[in-house]
Amino acid sequence: MMLCKLSFKNIRKSFKDYAIYFFTLILGVAIFYVFNAIDSQTVMINVSSSTKEIIQLMNQMLSGVSVFVSFILGFLIIYASRFLIRRRNREFGIYLTLGMSKRKISAILLIETLLIGVLSLVVGLGLGVVLSQFMSLLVANMFEADLTNFQFVFSSSACIKTLGYFSIMYLVVMIFNTVNISRCKLIDLIQANRKSEKVKMKNPYVCIVVFIISAIFLGYAYWRVTGDVESMAYAGEILVIMAIGAISTFFIFWSLSGLLLRIVQSNKRFYYKGLNSFILRQISSKINTTVFSMTTICLMLFITICVLSSALSIKNSMTANLTTLAPADIEIDKNLDLVPNNRVTEAQAEDSHLSVRETLERMDFDVDAYFKDIVDFNVYATNDLTIRDTLGSSFEKIRNQFPNLMYDSAEAIVRESDYNQVASLFHLEPVHLEDDEYVVIADFDSWVMIRDEALKMGESITLNGNVYYPKYEECIDGFLEMSSNHINTGFFVVPDDAVDESIRAQNILIANYKAETDEEKQEIEDKIVQLDNHPYASSTTISASSKIAIYEGSVGLGACVTFIGLYLGIIFLISCAAILALKELSESSDNRERYTMLRKIGTDEKMIKRALFRQIAIFFLFPLVLAIIHSIFGIMFCNFILETFGNEQLLYSIIMTAIFIIVIYGGYFLVTYFCSKNIIRAH
Amino acid sequence: METILKVDKIEKYYGSRSSLTKAIDNISFEVEKGEFVAIMGASGSGKTTLLNCISTIDKVTSGHIFVGGMDITKLKGNSLNKFRREELGFIFQDFNLLDTLTAYENIALALSIQNTKVSEMDTRIKKVARELDITDVLKKYPYQMSGGQKQRVASARAIITNPKLVLADEPTGALDSKSAKMLLERFQYLNQELLATILMVTHDAFTASYATRVIFIKDGKIFSELRRGEDTRKEFFDRIIDVVTLLGGDLNDAL
Repeated sequence: MMLCKLSFKNIRKSFKDYAIYFFTLILGVAIFYVFNAIDSQTVMINVSSSTKEIIQLMNQMLSGVSVFVSFILGFLIIYASRFLIRRRNREFGIYLTLGMSKRKISAILLIETLLIGVLSLVVGLGLGVVLSQFMSLLVANMFEADLTNFQFVFSSSACIKTLGYFSIMYLVVMIFNTVNISRCKLIDLIQANRKSEKVKMKNPYVCIVVFIISAIFLGYAYWRVTGDVESMAYAGEILVIMAIGAISTFFIFWSLSGLLLRIVQSNKRFYYKGLNSFILRQISSKINTTVFSMTTICLMLFITICVLSSALSIKNSMTANLTTLAPADIEIDKNLDLVPNNRVTEAQAEDSHLSVRETLERMDFDVDAYFKDIVDFNVYATNDLTIRDTLGSSFEKIRNQFPNLMYDSAEAIVRESDYNQVASLFHLEPVHLEDDEYVVIADFDSWVMIRDEALKMGESITLNGNVYYPKYEECIDGFLEMSSNHINTGFFVVPDDAVDESIRAQNILIANYKAETDEEKQEIEDKIVQLDNHPYASSTTISASSKIAIYEGSVGLGACVTFIGLYLGIIFLISCAAILALKELSESSDNRERYTMLRKIGTDEKMIKRALFRQIAIFFLFPLVLAIIHSIFGIMFCNFILETFGNEQLLYSIIMTAIFIIVIYGGYFLVTYFCSKNIIRAH
Repeated sequence: METILKVDKIEKYYGSRSSLTKAIDNISFEVEKGEFVAIMGASGSGKTTLLNCISTIDKVTSGHIFVGGMDITKLKGNSLNKFRREELGFIFQDFNLLDTLTAYENIALALSIQNTKVSEMDTRIKKVARELDITDVLKKYPYQMSGGQKQRVASARAIITNPKLVLADEPTGALDSKSAKMLLERFQYLNQELLATILMVTHDAFTASYATRVIFIKDGKIFSELRRGEDTRKEFFDRIIDVVTLLGGDLNDAL
């Protein structure tokens, strides 16, 4: 009973220290619930079956991410509780000298953790349930669905999951604390407060050298992910580069911590102005010991910024391109003249001699009744025209850059008149060729780059013994297949008589639905989806991509990525900010005496507040600034990697990310400042 | 002689009506410019409360305190801080140096919060360091110094702003006898050569014997007062001991 009372009183007493920890736990619980409850929030929105599938996929991914998130939160909680306990070493020392057993102290801690755990779970879940109601709006907005009937949803599965995960986390913390207490010695506990404030001055020359070296390495890492990104041969290399970046970040902080003071000290006018010397000494006395956590926080912020900005831009850029990338209602294609093998059945081979239209008719689908603006044509391919052939003399150079491409696959070839029909339906520029000319149509940026190289050299191609020369020195923007992204790696448009039916490879039918309203279009769409159940369906390799499906697909995928990005980003941000806040708050209580002393020698309250503000601001800004510099290059790299998604929306996503950081990180900063001000306030 | 400090019938009560403690019960005295006054009393006699009231760290219940003609019991907020940093110098028992700053920076801090010019700062710090014999430790941090050195650095910080009044709260409390003697000799030097006005609270007769006047306090009231006059320090010390014996109580233990 007495133990309970002690625990209660301890929590109440150290509430100033605990408040931000408690607040973070509540946020963690709430966010965990919200993202795991998305599942149940989606029941009330009106979405098609394909979107439902994507939502299901998203939920699976979110629960996978939740495991990762629980690890992060677990580490945060252990860090925070260890931190808070270390601050109470003296208190435990007194208990021990009074004859209390270590087991009892562990029991006190156990009860405290339990109390905090239960409280944070209850409050956090409450907050989570409320927040998840707003989440429904976001979900509906993301999937561009109507909120049919808004109702209050409580997800018991998410609730149980949250309870389970956090119980495990708290359990681990309890074990950790118990082990921690049982290991410590009384003498250390008693002397915990008599810390020797040794300010180790690093050798400035070593610092300068280390700083320059790490700056060079960092610059190298930056260059590798931007200027030199083309030469990155395999995906693992980025990990090496990130490791280089992380290590250089550590040494930059390490050397800066040694240099900062000296640099500022050299400007005496500034250093001895007001409380500047005090602020700087405060920072440098801590920065020596916090280099590691600064690095961790800087890297976590960097990841947060990249994840958030990429995730936010994907959704928008994916849908933004759709009107141009999926201009027709439907596109159906099938491979022609297949040879039966273990992947192609006899029936499919048989069917592959038919055109798309003929196959559709076999499936009792009346093409002319449902489709209008029909374009129906063949795509040709021959082993006489492989990628290697088209690259000509630039082949060696390109293979050095991209060793993993399949240079021996046949290029797609389209007749000029066929392409112009497609172009008019797709609102693309038509091409006009002389008898010995060809053009390449492509919109995948890195492929455009490769092909432009060859086109610039005027590489000729040979078909049926005739030689054709490039009409332009670069690719023409365009595509044949509708999709959500720029993924056309390139095809050749040649004069009509350059190819004959012997090398036909694919038949494509593009059309619009004979329908006026969205409902009617959806009806035809449903009919096409139903074809999958037709008995003939198994004997054909026909495949269709419709505007509606592409749209739903990219909306869903975009939303999916956005949610996961948001989830991870917010958790990372909270963790960083909470660690910093806890550190700063405990510093403030350590520094209470110093501020009291400043007051005694007559420092103005305003001056003290300003000093405190600057001190905390510098601590929050230091890792953020470097993280932002990292992120500039990180986002450039993400953009290169995700190029298929288009980068039109980058500005929007960066602004959104900035808002997130300002609200969450800035919020933590302000709370820290006000709590610290409270702590150092005169009594 | 100019009156630096005038304490006029001050009282300080603690607690509620039912259990009232009179920490200071109607004390009045004056300190002239260039005086070195020690206030002696047993623990619980109210001497620290008195010092806290003079230093504006605590507020009086009634009465007035004038420093250089200004009634400091009327001061509030930032004018209090201004008064403290411009008119007073503090020396504490536990030094109260900032452990993150070097000795030089600790002394400089007192000047920089007054927005003193940097060019002027250095010469003043060097001068006061010579006077207090701490030139060698200016670059050191508090944890690298002995107690006596720390207290002299604290003293340097207290007097560098040329305060009207230096307040010292048990300055020798944490020092060994050799360091204490050295510090007190410095105090004497500051008092005699630089005409610093010092008000020191102590329970130690040896420390008090360096002063020019000793005020004894018992139970919140002035018990008696001794002036050194033409006595040697030793003679003055013996007279103080006589009063202490008369006072009885805790103070005897200090002998």
